[in-house]
Amino acid sequence: MSTSESTAADARGRKLARRDGGGSTPPPSSRRRPRPGLGWRGRVEVLVLVGPALVFFLGFVIFPVVMAAYYGFFNWKGYGPATNFIGPKNYITILTDPEFQAALGHNVFIVIASLVIQGPVSVLLALLLNRKMPGRSIIRVLIFVPYVISEVVVGTGFSLMLQTQGALNDLLRNLGMTWAVHDWLADRSIAIWTLMAILTWKYIGFAVILFLAGLQGIPEELYEAAALDGASYWQIQRRISLPLLGPTLRIWAFLSIIGALQLFDLVYIIWGQYVASTAGTSTMVTYMVANGRNAGNFGYGSAVAVVLFLISLVVALVYQRFVLRRDTDGALTERGDA
Amino acid sequence: MTDLDIARRHKPRVWTNPVVYFIVLVVIALMLAPVLYVIVGGFRTNSQITVDPSGWPNPWNFQNYAQVLGSATFWREVLNSTVTAAATTIGAVALGLMAAYVLARYRFRGRGALYALFAAGLMFPLTVAITPLYIVVRSLGLMNTLPGIILPQIAFALPTTIIILVPFLQAIPDEIQEASFIDGCSRLGFFWRMVLPLAVPGVITVGILAFIGSWNGYLLPLYILNDQEQFTLPLGTQAFASQYSVDTAKVLAFTSLSMIPALVFFSIFERRIVGGLTGAVKG
Repeated sequence: MSTSESTAADARGRKLARRDGGGSTPPPSSRRRPRPGLGWRGRVEVLVLVGPALVFFLGFVIFPVVMAAYYGFFNWKGYGPATNFIGPKNYITILTDPEFQAALGHNVFIVIASLVIQGPVSVLLALLLNRKMPGRSIIRVLIFVPYVISEVVVGTGFSLMLQTQGALNDLLRNLGMTWAVHDWLADRSIAIWTLMAILTWKYIGFAVILFLAGLQGIPEELYEAAALDGASYWQIQRRISLPLLGPTLRIWAFLSIIGALQLFDLVYIIWGQYVASTAGTSTMVTYMVANGRNAGNFGYGSAVAVVLFLISLVVALVYQRFVLRRDTDGALTERGDA
Repeated sequence: MTDLDIARRHKPRVWTNPVVYFIVLVVIALMLAPVLYVIVGGFRTNSQITVDPSGWPNPWNFQNYAQVLGSATFWREVLNSTVTAAATTIGAVALGLMAAYVLARYRFRGRGALYALFAAGLMFPLTVAITPLYIVVRSLGLMNTLPGIILPQIAFALPTTIIILVPFLQAIPDEIQEASFIDGCSRLGFFWRMVLPLAVPGVITVGILAFIGSWNGYLLPLYILNDQEQFTLPLGTQAFASQYSVDTAKVLAFTSLSMIPALVFFSIFERRIVGGLTGAVKG
C-alpha cells in the first residue's frame, strides 16, 4: 500500500515538474526497454496489430482527403471519372463568392466568441465545482448533459422553443419583459448571438469537465502549503490553480477553435441550408453542403472542403507553433507517464 | 493537523458556500431548462402548446409518448442506431487498442511517424472528407447500408481512440512486462493477459466516446442514407420533425425519447469519461 502511494505521488510530482518547466527528463532506469530492436517475429506482430487500423485509416480518412484535393480541380457532378479539368477555377469562385466570405466571417466570429465567452465561464464553473461540497458529483453529471444530447435533438428543441410564438417569447411576455421579445432565429442582427448562446449551452459542459480533470491533477500539497501560508481562496485559485491549468486550457482552446471552424450540424438543423445565409449564421461547412452535395456539384464541394481544411491546418500549425509547443514538446519524444 | 483543518476550512467554506450554491443552481437550471421543455412538452397537447407555449401540462397527456413508443418507425431507428453505434464502438476499440499497443510498447523505426500520422487524423474531421468519402462508400456498393456508415465511423474514431489509449498502455510499468517475459510470456501473450485487463478504464472511456459520437452522428448518415428504412435516430428525428411539423407535441415526445439512450449510457459511465480525459491510470 505504502509503495503504491509513494509511486503515485512520485508520478504526480513528475507530471507537475514537466508541466512547470517542460525540460525535466524522467529517470532513465525505469524507462529503458529490454531490447531496442525487433526480430522478424516482432515485425510481423507490429504489422498484424497496426495493419487493420492503418488500412481503415488510410482508406476512409487519408484517401478521401487526398481525393478531395484532386476533385477540387474538376467540374465534376459525382458520376463517372472526373474528366472536366478546370484548374483553380473552383477555388477562384469560392474565394470571390460573397456568400463564402460571409460564411468565413461567421466562422471567425464564432471562433473568437467561443473562446471569449466559454473560456472564462467554464474555468469559473470548474473552480467552483472543484470544491468539496455535497451534491458535487450529480452537479457534474447535470452540467455535462447538453454535451451528450445529439445536435439534432438540441436543434429541434431550440428551434421550437425560439420560434416567434415559442416558449421563450411567451415566457418573456408573461414576465412582462416585452422589450426582450425577439425573433431569435430570423433576425439578422440577433441570430448569430442566438447561435452562440446555443453553442455555449451545448459545449460548455465539455470544457468544465476537461478543466475539472485538469484541476484534479494538481497535487493537494500545494493547496495545503498555500493555505498554511495564509493565502485566501481566490489567491490560491489565481496563483496555483490557473497557472497549473494552463496546458488543459490551451488544449481546450485548440479543440474549440477547430470545432468552431468546422461547425455544421446545429446550424444546418436549426436554420437549414437556405435560411442560414439570410439569417447570417451560415458556416463554411453549410456552404459546402449547400453548394456541393445539394447542388450536385461534387467537384466544387471538394474544393470548399480543401479550403476549409487548409484554413484549419494553418490555424492548427500556427497554434501548435506558438501556443501548444511547450506542452507537446515532450509528448511525442518522451516515453512515460502522461 | 488541526491547524491545517482550521486553515482550510476557515476562509473558503463559511461565507462563499451559499453564493457558490446559488451560482451553481442557476447554471444547472439554465442547462436543464431546454431539456425539460422538450420532455415536459411531450406531455402536452398541441392546443395547450399553441394557447400557452411556455406552460405546464394541464392535464398531463401521455398519448404522444404512447404513439411514438407504439410506432414501428421509432423502434426501427433505435435498432439501426444501436447496431451502428455498437459495431462502431467494437471496431474502433479493437483496432485502436491493437494499434495503440504497438505504438506504446514496441520500439521500431517509424514509430514516431506512425503516431504522428494517427494524431494528424484529429486534423481531418469527417466534414473535410465527406464528399470523397461519399464517393468511396458508393463505389464500395455500401450506399444506404449501415456498414456504409459504420466503416468510416470506425476509421474516424481511431485517432481519438489511439491518442487516449497510448498513454494508458505506456503507464503499465515495464517491470510487469519484464516479469511476464521472464515467465515465458510472448509479447502477444502479455497483450492478452496483462495489457487488456489493465487498460479497461481507458477502453471504457474511448468506447463511450465512440458510442456517443456514433449515436449522435448526423453528417455521415445524411450523405449515405437516403432510404427511410435505414435511418438512424438523428436522421429519423429530423425527418419526423419535418413530417409532423404541425404536431409540435408529438415532435417533442419523439425528440425526448431519442435522447434517452445516450443520457442513460452517459450517466452510468460518467466517472470513466472524466477519468479517461485526465489520461492517467487511476490507482
